[in-house]
Amino acid sequence: MRRITGERRLLAAHLGLVYLFLYGPIAVLVALSFNKSGLPTAWTGFSVEWYGKLLGNEAIHAAVANTLIVAVASTLISTAIGTLLALGLERLRSSALLDALVYVPMIIPDIVLAIALLSFFTALKLTLGLHSIIVSHAVFNIAFVCVVVRTRLKHFDTSIIEASIDLGANEIRTFFRITLPVIFPGVLSGALLAFTLSVDEFIIAYFTAGAGPASTTFPMQIYSMIRFGVTPEINAVATIVLGVSFFLVLLSQRLNREAA
Amino acid sequence: MFRTIRTLTAMVAAAVAGVALSAASALAAEKIVISQWDAYWPPELLANFTKETGIEAEWAVQIDNEDMMGKVTTSGGKGYDVVFASSPFVEALAKLGLIAELDHGKLPNLANLYKEAQDLPYDPGNKHSVPYTWGTTGLCYRSDLVKQEPTSWDDLLKPADDLKGKITMLSTHRWLMAAGLKALGYSVNSTDPAELAAAKDLLIAAKKNLLAYDDTTFYSKLVSAEAVLVHAWDGWCNFGITENAAIKFIIPKEGSDLFVDTMVVTAASEHKDAAHAFINYVLRPDVHASIMAFTLYKVPNEKAMEVLDKSLLTTYPNLAITSDVLFQQEQLRDLGDRQKEFTRVVTEILAAQ
Amino acid sequence: MSAEVLRRVVLLGPGLGWFALFLVIPCGIVFVYSFFERGTYGGIDYIFTVENYARAADPLYLAIFLTSAKLAAITTLAALLIGYPAAYLIATAPKRWQMPLLILVMLPFWSNYLIRSYAWIVVLNREGLVNHGLQALGLIDEPLPLLYNQFAIVVGLLYGYLPFMVLALYSSISRLNPEIAEASADLGASSLRTFLRITLPLTLPGIGAGSVFVFVLSIGNFITPDLLGGGRSLMVGNLIFDQFLSARDWPFGSSLAFILIAVMLLLLVAQAWAVKRAQGAGIHA
Repeated sequence: MRRITGERRLLAAHLGLVYLFLYGPIAVLVALSFNKSGLPTAWTGFSVEWYGKLLGNEAIHAAVANTLIVAVASTLISTAIGTLLALGLERLRSSALLDALVYVPMIIPDIVLAIALLSFFTALKLTLGLHSIIVSHAVFNIAFVCVVVRTRLKHFDTSIIEASIDLGANEIRTFFRITLPVIFPGVLSGALLAFTLSVDEFIIAYFTAGAGPASTTFPMQIYSMIRFGVTPEINAVATIVLGVSFFLVLLSQRLNREAA
Repeated sequence: MFRTIRTLTAMVAAAVAGVALSAASALAAEKIVISQWDAYWPPELLANFTKETGIEAEWAVQIDNEDMMGKVTTSGGKGYDVVFASSPFVEALAKLGLIAELDHGKLPNLANLYKEAQDLPYDPGNKHSVPYTWGTTGLCYRSDLVKQEPTSWDDLLKPADDLKGKITMLSTHRWLMAAGLKALGYSVNSTDPAELAAAKDLLIAAKKNLLAYDDTTFYSKLVSAEAVLVHAWDGWCNFGITENAAIKFIIPKEGSDLFVDTMVVTAASEHKDAAHAFINYVLRPDVHASIMAFTLYKVPNEKAMEVLDKSLLTTYPNLAITSDVLFQQEQLRDLGDRQKEFTRVVTEILAAQ
Repeated sequence: MSAEVLRRVVLLGPGLGWFALFLVIPCGIVFVYSFFERGTYGGIDYIFTVENYARAADPLYLAIFLTSAKLAAITTLAALLIGYPAAYLIATAPKRWQMPLLILVMLPFWSNYLIRSYAWIVVLNREGLVNHGLQALGLIDEPLPLLYNQFAIVVGLLYGYLPFMVLALYSSISRLNPEIAEASADLGASSLRTFLRITLPLTLPGIGAGSVFVFVLSIGNFITPDLLGGGRSLMVGNLIFDQFLSARDWPFGSSLAFILIAVMLLLLVAQAWAVKRAQGAGIHA
C-alpha cells in the first residue's frame, strides 16, 4: 500500500504542475490587468484604469455586439438544422460516407475552410458582412450539434417512438411530445457548444467579414489589439473574457448535472 | 414544452430580425467608410470632421498595403469610400480602374501642398490620389545600447555580434525587399531576376539574426530593450523617441526609399462628394498639422508646416528633413506585370527557415 | 412522395444542403483555383497549369510542411506524456472529485484561443516573467530567447490542446474495468508491469483519438505561429494565410490548402485503420 501511496503522490504532484502550467499565464494576465503601468516589466501599483478605458472603448462595444449577433444567429440555425440532421442520420441508418461528411467541418483546418468560403463568396460576387460570417459559422456548428445530439440519441430507446405511433400519434406530435424532451439536454448542450465556438472563432470570421467596424467581431478586435496595439487594455479584455467563459462553463456544468 | 417552443420561435424571429437589421443599417445615413492604418490619424479627427460637415465617417482598419489591396480587389472597392494607399499601390489601383479620378474643383485645399507634392511621378497632377504623409525608411536604434552607431543597411543585415537576436525587420513586401536591394546598390523598383535573387539570398541570411519580423510594434520593442536596432519608417521611430529620448533614426548611407501615403476615392463609392469633402478637410493647414503632430510623420502640406509647433522639429529631428534630402531617396513605383515574380521572391524569403 | 422519402428530405435536407452549398462547393472552388495562374494584381488568370503543385513540391515549401508536421508531432508527444499521468490520476480519483478535477483542466480550453496565445507573449519575452524569474534565481545571466521561435510555438500549441488530450485520455481510462488491473496485481505483476501490459494497451483508442486530434489541430494552426513565431517560423497555416491576404496568390494558396487536406485525410484513415486493428486483436475492455 505504501508503494501505491508514493506513486499517487507523484501523480498528484504532476497534476499540480499541470494546473500551474494551465493557470499560470492566466494569472499573469489577470495580475497585469490591474497593474498601473500595464507592462510586465514593472509593477507600479494597483489600478482599474484599464478597465475604465475599456468601458469607453466604442470599437470593442461594437465588436462584442456583432459577435453576439453572429453567435446567436448561427447557434439558432445550426441547432435546428443539426438536430434534424442527427435525427435523420440516426433513424435512417445511413452510410459511413455521410457520417464522415459530418465530421469534415470539425476536422478541417479552419484556415482552409476560411479560404474556401472567401473564394466561394467572391466567386458569387456576394457582399460580405455579418451575414456571411453567420452562414460560415453555421457550417461547423451544424456538425458539432449533430454529433452531440447523436450521442444523446444513441441512448434513446426507439421503441418508445414506435409505441407512440402505434397508439395513433402522428410523426410531428411524436417528435415534440416524446423525442424532443428526451434529447433536449443534448440539444441544449449542442447549442451551448455552438454558441461558444462561434463567440471564440477568429479566422473564418476574419476572412468572411465585410468592410469596417460594422462587420468586426470580438475575436477580430482582439487580434487587432494583440498584433498592432501595445495598449495594456488587452490584459483587461483578456481577464474579462476569461472570467465570462469560466462562468459560462461552470454554469453549463451545473445545468448538465441537474438535467442528468 | 410548448412554452419552450414559443420562446424558441421568438428567439429565432429576433435573430432573423437582428441579421436583417445589421444588413439594413449599412444603408442608413450619409456615411463614408474609410480604410486606414491603425494609429495613423488623431483619434478625434473623424469626430471633428463629422461635427463640421455632418457626414458620418466609419474607420475600417487596414493592416498593410497588401491587406488593403486584397480587400479592395476582392470587393471591387464596394464598401469603401476613401482608402489610404502607399504610392506604388495607387498606380496599381488606377490601372485596375478601382479608384476614381478626383474632381479638383471639390479639393481647393490641394493648393496647400508643396509644389513637388503636386506632381509626383506615380500620379502626376494628383489625378487619382492626394498625398497624406511622406517619409523614408531607415534604421531606428537605441543609441545608449549600441556600441557603434549604425550607418549602413549592412548594420541591419550583417549585424555585429552584440546586436544579433535584437534586430527586427519590416516584413511588408516592398520594404522588406527595399532593404536588401539598397544594401546591394540596386534600385528599390528593380525586377531584374538576378538582382532579386541576390537580395533574396542576403535577406534569407539575415533572418537568423532577427528577433522577429515586426511592422507595428517594433518601437515598443526598442523601448523595452527587447530589440536594439530595428528597420523602421521614420514616423514610427518617432513614437519610440517619445518614450525614450535615447532612440535615434538614421537614413543608411546607401540611400533609401521615398514613400508617399495617399488618400484615394474608390470608383465604387456611392458618396464621392462626401469622400472629397473628407480629403479636402484633411488638407486644411490646421488639420494636417494636427495629423503631423499626432503621427509624427512629415506631411507634404506647405501651409500645414508653417502653422506647425516648431518644437516638434527639434524633438524629432527627422521631421525637419528637408525636401531635397527626401527627394534624394528613390521613389517607390508600381512593378506592373513583374509583380508576380516579385511576390514569389518575397514569399520565398518569408518561408525560408 | 412517400412518407419515408419526405422524412429523409426534411431531416437530412437542410443539413446536407448546407454542407453541399457552404462546404463541398467552396472546397471544390479552391481545388479548381489551384490549377489556375495568379493574375498580375492578384486575381485569377483562367489558364490551366499544374505549376502551383510543382511549386509546392519545392524543397522550400516541403520544409514548411515538414516543420509543421515536426512541431505538431512534438506537441502531440508532449501532450501525451504530460496528459496521460494527469488523466490517469483524475480517472482513478474518488468519484466525487473526478468531475471538478476534469473541469478545472478543461476550463482554459473553453476560453478564447487568441488570448491564451497572447498570454505566452507576455510570459516568454526577453523582458518577461520567465526570464526575470530565471535571472532572479541566478540560473541565467542573459535572458533566453524563448519567444518568436519554434520553442514558443510548441509551448503555445501544447497550452492550447493539452486539455483536449487529457479529456480524450480520461474518457478511455475511465472506461477501464478496474478488476482487470486488480487481477493483474493479485497475480503478482508489479504496478509498472500492469500499467505497461494491461492499462496502456487497453487505453490505446483514447491515445489514438487524442493524438490524432491534437496533431491535426496543431498542424493546421494559424494563430499560435502567427503570434508566437515572430514571422520567422512559418507553419503551413501561416503560409496559406499569407498567400491569400498578402501575396494574393490564391491559386498557390489553394494548392497548399489541398495538400494539407490530403495529408490530414491520410492521417485520419491511418488512425481509423490502426484502431480497427488494435480492436480486432481482441484486446478491448
